[in-house]
Amino acid sequence: MDKMVIKESRYISKKAKILRATKMTEHEMMFEISLEGGVTLDHEPGQFVMASIFGVGEVPVSVCSSPTSKNTFDLCVRVVGKVTHAMHKLEAGDYIGIRGPYGKGFPIRIFEGNDLLIVAGGLGIAPLRSLINYVLDNRRDFGKVHILLGCKSPKDMLFLNELDSWNKRMDVHYECTVDKAEPDWAGNVGVITTLIPGVDLEPERTFAVVVGPPVMYKFVIKELLEKNIPERQILVSFERHMKCGMGKCGRCQIQNVYCCQDGPVFNYEQIKHMSEAF
Amino acid sequence: MKDLQYLVLRKDDLSSFITHLSRDQKVVAPVAKGHGTYSFEEVTSAKDIALKYIPTILPPKKFFMPQKETLVEYDLKSGLEVNAVLETEKITIFGVHTCDLAGIQCLNMVFSERPKDYNYLFRKRQITIIGLECNDYCDEHASCNIVNSNMPNGGYDLFFTDIGDCFVVHVNTHAGEEMVETSKLFKNPERSHFDAFMALREKKKQIFKNEVPIEPRDIPELFDRSFDSEVWKDLETKCLSCGNCTNVCPTCYCFDIIDDINLDMSSGKKYRKWDSCQLEPFAKVAGGENFRKSRAARQRHRYYRKFEYPVAKYSRFFCTGCGRCSRTCMAGIKLKDTLNALIKERMNKLWIKWL
Repeated sequence: MDKMVIKESRYISKKAKILRATKMTEHEMMFEISLEGGVTLDHEPGQFVMASIFGVGEVPVSVCSSPTSKNTFDLCVRVVGKVTHAMHKLEAGDYIGIRGPYGKGFPIRIFEGNDLLIVAGGLGIAPLRSLINYVLDNRRDFGKVHILLGCKSPKDMLFLNELDSWNKRMDVHYECTVDKAEPDWAGNVGVITTLIPGVDLEPERTFAVVVGPPVMYKFVIKELLEKNIPERQILVSFERHMKCGMGKCGRCQIQNVYCCQDGPVFNYEQIKHMSEAF
Repeated sequence: MKDLQYLVLRKDDLSSFITHLSRDQKVVAPVAKGHGTYSFEEVTSAKDIALKYIPTILPPKKFFMPQKETLVEYDLKSGLEVNAVLETEKITIFGVHTCDLAGIQCLNMVFSERPKDYNYLFRKRQITIIGLECNDYCDEHASCNIVNSNMPNGGYDLFFTDIGDCFVVHVNTHAGEEMVETSKLFKNPERSHFDAFMALREKKKQIFKNEVPIEPRDIPELFDRSFDSEVWKDLETKCLSCGNCTNVCPTCYCFDIIDDINLDMSSGKKYRKWDSCQLEPFAKVAGGENFRKSRAARQRHRYYRKFEYPVAKYSRFFCTGCGRCSRTCMAGIKLKDTLNALIKERMNKLWIKWL
């Protein structure tokens, strides 16, 4: 058996340096990363990368920074398994491997000139932060922007400084709610669906973007349909396990679509008949 | 039929041909392994080859997509050096039945679809394929007629048809022509060879019939309407989730990628190995959610990946009718039984509608 080095492989990770590692909550850390040689990641909001900790493994992570911040990108990582545990031990100056970006992101050019209703549940705010910051950096290209955020409890909230700035901006309608409050919480209490009926929107020109845990989609989409938002204007992003990112390994398959190549962003019309989707 | 493309090899000369080929490459062929099983293994002469064999335990995909294959080697010490590697060797596979030729064609489609998989494609170029015609059914598990894979449909360099004391050989590619010419063992066919060849093909039409009562063109529609079928619930009660059916399938290609660091804690590799959608954690995500939690859902997924999803994407079935999944299943799940049950359930529903 001969062994040779090949240049054409798509499995080579780019060397990437961690510039900053910030603990955000008990379970989530944020990494600011730059690719070696100052190469831009060149991603679209909603796309993901395969992040590799050599000696441990590789995991798909959605990019949580806007492509408008060119030289670095951010990954927000919840500690759930072997690789993410290892990631949480990393510090500024450490190197990881990055492949990608992969997948179809949010259709930002179709959003232009329309209103946006962004609904984030829990860690769903991570890929949506990429979209939100992109939209805010190009604010005049979009109509009204509504951001609804739901979390389990106030201590689970991510990107607190940014949430605060969105809350203060005149050109954004921002609301958040927690499932379970703590004594010093003065905001809304209840599941995220309770925020939707109160939003004043024009359904024909509104694109709703929903990212959150699997259980959230069914209930949120029901509310959005009641608001008369057309099915194809409701976008979701799915979480699946992935090994290759290139539509081959089979892990992320949802019936006849591959989450890594055909998604992770889908419109509701595409996937509403797929029982494996939710 | 262009006569030029057909030659004849005397059976007595097969051994010389195999020896000739094995001089500058590895030759693999079906070898009897006892208990009625066969395996593609290295041979140096024809006496080891089982010319009459039922589908091997593992299909020839093991040469195109090894069970374990290094993709990347890295070294953390030298400032993180990462190299993509390819492990390959020149191989001729002799005696590939038409069902397995179809299986290789399916894998070719998958791995050449963009983004291309270069490890597979480079390795494919190193492999020459010599097909061997089935004159009769191998056993009761085969269902090659329903998926149109008992006649050669390309995918080989040479194709051998056994007509008694010699083989009629179809030369399909330049690589095949070279093998034939350098060996100097092949002769031009005579009228009698063609007559025997045509008679055999004619006889095959009588032998091979649709193994389940449905026209192939109606199969995708059957599956369109069977997603919520009771048949999957029946399979749930039998399936042991062992993954044997996908391992032996010539068109199952799902894989896992594993990072494996050496004891020096510096150098290591990433390799891929065969995986199975039948195993419980396959569709599980980090948070614990499993998108195909039940064995019924996983079995259904396997059947849909053979008869429905690839029809939309690649315009062909990804079942080659080889029967390996039925032969290997410890719980006795048989592909033909499943198709029959789906057809029966559908017919019953149609009757109820008419009444």
